[in-house]
Amino acid sequence: MEGCVATELRLGLPGTDNVRNKKRPLQEADEECGANGKSDAQDETAPPAKAQIVGWPPIRSYRKKNIQAKKNDCEGPGIYIKVGMDGAPYLRKIDLKVYSGYPDLLQALENMFKFTIGKYSEREGYKGSDYAPTYEDKDGDWMLVGDDPWEMFITSCKRLRIMKGSEARGLGCG
Amino acid sequence: MPKRLAYSLPDEVLEHVFSFIQSDKDRNVVSAVCKSWYEIERWCRRKIFVGNCYAVSPKMVIRRFPQVRSIELKGKPHFADFNLVPDGWGGYVLPWITEMAGAYPWLDEIRLKRMVVTDESLELIAKSFKDFKVLVLASCEGFSTDGLAALAASCKNLRELDLRESEVDDSSVHWLSHFPETYTSMVSLNISCLGSGEVSFSALERLVSRCPNLRSLKLNRAVPLDKTANILRLAPQLVEFGTCTYSAELRSDVFSNLAGAFSNCKELRSLSGFWDVVPDYLPAIYSVCSRLTSLNLSYATIQSPDLIMLVSHCPSLQRLLVLDYIEDSGLEALASNCKDLQELRVFPSDPFDAEPNASLTEQGLVAVSLGCPKLQSVLYFCRRMSNAALVTIAQNRPNLTRFRLCIIEPNTADYLTGEPFDVGFGAIVEHCKDLIRLSLSGLLTDCVFEYIGKYAKKLEMLSVAFAGDSDLGLHHVLSGCESLRKLEIRDCPFGDEALLTNAAKLETMRSLWMSSCSVSFEACKLLTQKMPRLNVE
Repeated sequence: MEGCVATELRLGLPGTDNVRNKKRPLQEADEECGANGKSDAQDETAPPAKAQIVGWPPIRSYRKKNIQAKKNDCEGPGIYIKVGMDGAPYLRKIDLKVYSGYPDLLQALENMFKFTIGKYSEREGYKGSDYAPTYEDKDGDWMLVGDDPWEMFITSCKRLRIMKGSEARGLGCG
Repeated sequence: MPKRLAYSLPDEVLEHVFSFIQSDKDRNVVSAVCKSWYEIERWCRRKIFVGNCYAVSPKMVIRRFPQVRSIELKGKPHFADFNLVPDGWGGYVLPWITEMAGAYPWLDEIRLKRMVVTDESLELIAKSFKDFKVLVLASCEGFSTDGLAALAASCKNLRELDLRESEVDDSSVHWLSHFPETYTSMVSLNISCLGSGEVSFSALERLVSRCPNLRSLKLNRAVPLDKTANILRLAPQLVEFGTCTYSAELRSDVFSNLAGAFSNCKELRSLSGFWDVVPDYLPAIYSVCSRLTSLNLSYATIQSPDLIMLVSHCPSLQRLLVLDYIEDSGLEALASNCKDLQELRVFPSDPFDAEPNASLTEQGLVAVSLGCPKLQSVLYFCRRMSNAALVTIAQNRPNLTRFRLCIIEPNTADYLTGEPFDVGFGAIVEHCKDLIRLSLSGLLTDCVFEYIGKYAKKLEMLSVAFAGDSDLGLHHVLSGCESLRKLEIRDCPFGDEALLTNAAKLETMRSLWMSSCSVSFEACKLLTQKMPRLNVE
């Protein structure tokens, strides 16, 4: 039984127990588990529940929140925003949370819209191409992507727009 | 000594002598010598500590001690930290503030722990105590930034405002701006628990710049990194600093500004915060590391190599709080670099996952116990342990005073022998004769309690979970531990008999908590009859 629990794939969050697992358990377990895969027998003979026992382990709530916040960074709801490119017939949607930083995001945009972005520098913006990635922030202003720290950017970005042409070349200079 | 001598000293002389006696215990002994000493002492006692706010009423305290300047109150039991105490249990401070507002106009210090503090209480404090200087709210709740605004506006001599680990509601008021421009008294400010909306950075900067005596500043996580350098340049005299969020990709201008600001802080001895710290920024603090005595990295998700690099720069470290990312290798580095280490706390980075996500075992703790001769206080979360390791630790470090071990999975046995940890913890209590605090975990039988009752004569606080076989366990502890003041137990087969047999012991203690044990309601009723002065609930 212990082997069964330890190796079966689970669909619940780590630490939660008794998540009714849609995958079939291992063969040996089948007889004991019962026909429907849901196992009362498993509950009786399984090792102490890995359910979250109230107040155990003894960690204060502000620490738990910190751990949860880190997990949510990976598992929580995404930050979906619209992306448009000048001249493209329709907009796209992306989840900012899946990117680790600006290089990752810009690479994804390049792939999505089939273009090349120039090299970013604080002084000159995106040099070397006709395109500049911009975003609308919380205040409604259009900003150049890349100036702010990444964490700040993903929380304040409302939509992305890839500017093209002379308008784009003008950005970042002067 | 002839009786006459005690009466021949004038009251003023005795009062002067008593003023050198600060500890509560000693003061209590002094007041028990004779009636006149009791009288003199009670009029000149300035500091009161009430460890359990329900042990005595505010009126009784005021009646006995009419001229108190400083009070410390504790409310909920320790297990409240882990959500074991239901909401609305109590620990309300308002009745105390209301009584003291009238009786102690010169009260200048209030320290509270695990109490429910309302904005009304804070407003009453602001209004009632003209010379108010120190407010410490540790793990408190029930108030908002409105209450803080009232304090900021009225308390012109406020020196210390420490909200450590409290839960504060954001009322959206810019409370920091309520400190008038003429206010310059701040010495210690801890707002690390506040959320992002609750601190106006410009108000903070102005406050810091006009408080030349500021020694301790612990900021909350919402203050951005590039602002940290500004703050440090305004307060290079800081001794303790809690950083704000580090989360940002490395920018060389920000880095050099930060490093420069830190290098100005010649008095800095303690650092904390480090939420979301990016390892690339850590070298910015290297200039202060050699003087650091206290480092709290327990929010920092940095990995072992970076942690090792950091601790190797801190030879003066006395206190380290860290996540299990430090791993055994990091603790070995700590043991060889930090010979002054007195306190170590290792927290789990992912406590709810069955599988360990960091290579931290009992070996790390053994290494520190061997390498750090001054180690006194340990809090250690891990997933495996052995009796052999515990015995080694006990033999290496008989000077331990606080030993709290949490083996994450309940009822885990010795991974080498499959045995319970009776022998291991037995060794701890036998060798560490000055042990005052102990937390047990893992598989344990009644035997461990027999050892504790036999050896742990100085033990004041014991925490027990998922342990023991029978009432005998509880009986050993209650009958053997002479100095026991706080006992907290959950999920143990302890019941009525041990409790009732040792009822008299309970009057010598501050508190006993038992949850998910085998105590019956009838036994509690019997207990109240037997011991009418106890609060039983």
